[in-house]
Parts: sequence; C-alpha cells; structure tokens
Amino acid sequence: MSMDMGTPMPGDAAMAGPAQAAARPRPSRRERWLSVWGPPFLVFLAMLGLWYFVSYVLLDVDRRFLLPPPHDVVKISFLDRYNLAELLDGLWLSTRVAFLGFAIAIVLGVALAIAMSQARWIERSLYPYAVLTQTIPILAMVPLFGLWIGYSFNSRTLVVVLFCIFPVVANTLFGLQSVQREHHDLFTLHGASRLTRLWKLQFPAALPAVFTGLRIAAGLAVIGAIVGDTFFKQGAPGIGILIDRYQSRLQSEQMVAAIILSSLLGIVVFWFFGFLTQRVVGSWHESAGDRGP
Amino acid sequence: MPEAGLMPALAFTRVSKRFGDGTVALASVDLTVAPGEFVSVVGPSGCGKSTLLRIASGLETATAGEVQVAADKLGYVFQDPTLLPWRTVQANVELLAELDGLPKQERRRRADEAIRLVGLGEFTAHRPRALSGGMRMRVSLARSLTLQPQLFLFDEPFGALDEITRERLNDELLQLFLTQRFTAVFVTHSVTEAVFMSTRVVVMSGRPGRVVGDFSVPFDYPRAPRLRFEEEFAHLAGEVSACLRGERQRPSKPPPQPQPVERIVRR
Repeated sequence: MSMDMGTPMPGDAAMAGPAQAAARPRPSRRERWLSVWGPPFLVFLAMLGLWYFVSYVLLDVDRRFLLPPPHDVVKISFLDRYNLAELLDGLWLSTRVAFLGFAIAIVLGVALAIAMSQARWIERSLYPYAVLTQTIPILAMVPLFGLWIGYSFNSRTLVVVLFCIFPVVANTLFGLQSVQREHHDLFTLHGASRLTRLWKLQFPAALPAVFTGLRIAAGLAVIGAIVGDTFFKQGAPGIGILIDRYQSRLQSEQMVAAIILSSLLGIVVFWFFGFLTQRVVGSWHESAGDRGP
Repeated sequence: MPEAGLMPALAFTRVSKRFGDGTVALASVDLTVAPGEFVSVVGPSGCGKSTLLRIASGLETATAGEVQVAADKLGYVFQDPTLLPWRTVQANVELLAELDGLPKQERRRRADEAIRLVGLGEFTAHRPRALSGGMRMRVSLARSLTLQPQLFLFDEPFGALDEITRERLNDELLQLFLTQRFTAVFVTHSVTEAVFMSTRVVVMSGRPGRVVGDFSVPFDYPRAPRLRFEEEFAHLAGEVSACLRGERQRPSKPPPQPQPVERIVRR
C-alpha cells in the first residue's frame, strides 16, 4: 500500500521542481488530470487497504462475514451471472423510481416556486407545507402509503417525490426572488408583463440556484428510492429490498455489492447534475465550479 | 443651452415625496429642464436625488405637486450597469428594443449602431463578467441608446468607477450628448463631474431634498479634459461646493432621528 502511494511522488517532484523554478508554465493536460483524479484515487486505495485490513486482520475467519474482503464481493456478486442479474434488476427498478420521482419533484417544485414568487399570499400559504415535507418522518408514513396505494412502483415514487421536493422549491424560490431591484426597475420601466419578467429575467437569474437545488434533490431522490424501498419490504425488489434480504440471509458479499451499486448511482447522478450545471450556467455564473472531481 | 419657446423636457412643480414609512425624500422641488440641456443634480447622499429620477421616470409617484415629462422615450441609466449576466453584450444591448417589441432586424440594426457608438464592436459575443466596470457601463449606455430616447436620466452612472475610467466615460458621454442630441438629467455626488458635464448644475439640500442652488455653466462644448484644471472651472466648482457645504453646516430643523435607509440593494 505505502509503496503504491509513494512511488509516483518522487518522480513528480523531480519533474515539477526545475519547471516551477523557471517560469511556472501552465500545467499540462496530464498534470491537471493527475491533480484532479490523483488524490481521490489515493484515498480510494487507502480505503481498499483499510477494508482488507479489517477483513483479514481484525476479523477472524468465522466473523469475516461481517465485512467480506473486496475480491470475494466482486467474485460472488458481480462475476456470478445469476447474482449480478438480481442486483442489476433491483438497481434498475430503484433507478426508475428515483428518476420518475425526481422528475415529478422538479416539475411540481418549480411550478410551486413560480406560483409562490408571483404573490406573497401564495408563498405564505404554501411555504409552510413545503417545509413540512422536510419535517414529517416520510419513512414512518410508508406503511400508510402501502395501505392507500399499494406497495407498487407508484407509492415508492411518491416517497421519492416527498423526499426531494423541498430543495427544488426552496432553491427555485430563492433564485426567483434574488433578482436585483435595479433589474426589476429596468423591466418595469419598459412595461414588461409578468410573463416576460418571469421568462426573461427571473427564471434565467434563478437558474444557478435551481441547479443547486437539483443537485441536492437528485442525491435525496436516490436515497429516497433506496431507503423507501427498504421500508416497503413487499412488491418487486428494488435495491433497498435486496439489501434488506441479503442482510437477513447473511449474504454479506451481495449486501456490500448492493450498497456499492447504490452509492455509485448517487455519485453518477451528482456528477451528471454538476456537468449539466456547468453546461447551462457555466458560461456566466461561478457556482458551476463546485462539482467535485 | 435652453431653447426659448419650447415646452420643457421635464418640469417639476412643487413636487414632494413622502414614503410609506414617513420619510420625506423631497420637499416641494421645483425644477425645469429645457430640451437640449444637460442638467446635473448634486447633493449630499440620501437627499432624494435618485427619488427625483424615479419620479420623473414613473417608477415612483409624487405625493404632491405636478410632474411633466415631454418625451415618449426615456433612457434610464442606473449606477449598476444592470446587465443580464447570462446574455452576451449583443443580446444585452438588444434587451430594451426586445421589451419594446421591435422586430428582430430592427433590434439588431439599432444594437449594432449603439455598440459601435460606445466602441465595443469587438466584444459583442462576450458575457458581462468578462468586461471591466467601464465597459459594462458602456454596454448599459448602448442599451439605452437603442431606443433613441429624447430624455436621458442618469443615476450616478459612473459613481462606482475609478477616476481615470470615470473621466474617460465623461468625455464619451459628452460626445454622445453632442451627436445624439438628447436632454440629460445627471445625478452625481461629484461636483467636478457635474460642472464638467453640464449646461446647468442644480444643488439639492440634505433630506428632505429641496433645490438650494442653480448654477449656469458657461463653458462651450466640446469640452477638453484639461478644462477641469482651469481657473474659471475651479472657481465655479468652488461656488457649487460652497453651496453644498452651506447647506450641510446649517443646523437641521427637525430633531435628528434614525432615518431608514432609502434604498436597499438586494443581491
């Protein structure tokens, strides 16, 4: 482990040293790539090392099921066709739930925020209920949803919507209301209608905040889909139900694999929205920078 | 110079403004601006200079008095360039023509001309954040020029710029004033700027704002930058300054009470 981490360093230093002394040239493509991906990769290796350490050193053979070593996880969960298919089916179901719920939350959340931005009384009437979605224990209501609309796709989607709508509403509303007074004056002076003002001023101005909201909500949607799934316990198995099932059967290799897959889903979604933000508002707004490697 | 016999471009008759919170911003202001004049309004901060422009433009209504504006196209230039950061220079300059519903070709033609007038031809595809403060202000000017306003209201447009940029923009604005032939009401807190730009300088008192001085500026246009250092100029600027100071030294009549901030700039 320490060898792996150590070897690239002296070479880098030797190359960077004299160059920096000269005129500090622009880092090459490769150097930039290394500086972005290098550190997280090293941390990844370190975590892998820690994992092996726990599996083989801290746990003795009969307790190793608590954290099976990485290669066992890969062998049993990913290289076995049957197990892999089960995992991917579950992942696909949860992904669909997360995406549909997220899409509904975007449409509904943005619409609510626009309505609230148009009149104080609408904002005052609705905002407390938007906050409520944050404060009620949604998961505790899962059995109720199950009774009302079954344990199917629909009720899982509803959980996701409730899980992730608040950041969409709150950030969109904040964005719509963050327009400078002078900008409003400018539009007032030229007789802009509400719709024109919304479309040409408030909505574009709100985009950076909207995307911040979407990034947060996207993460919550994935969590909502997986955790909600765990609580439903019935119906077609999503990745959450699989995790629950593997746990009860002590199939810890598959359980770890399911957890890894759900984390990957969250990361992919987060990256995608970072990328989208960059594409949409990156040319004029700084916020697009914070998307991690 | 005012042209006799013409209807004034802007006429305030005993105009007062009291805000909802009880603040009296303007107390019986009389001000007449003839077509073709360049009138600067100077006064201590919070004296209602901006309120004057906001009333003239219709953004606020006067509580009492009469306001006449003889211009169907108004240009309003804020201290902040108020550009839309997501639009390019070209699209920003086209904005007002767009809001006024001009056809696309006409918008484009006017924007091209206005951009040429302010000398930003090479930057049409840039976004505001890539421009300096002075260039942003030029874009803001160009945007107003597209509507070919007869009356221009300037609310401390160069107040946030450094001195060199500010003086250069003073020259450029005067150039536009001479070629585009609009009437200008120019609010500033700089006496030098006021005297350098204007045909007339109006001095306002501290809150509540009243007109306490009205100075005619005798220098011919075009005005060279070195005019700022000539004796006559210094003398006139000194008088305007004294008028401003005189007001400040006079003990204020109403007992001092915490005054609410007049404008809150939200970001």
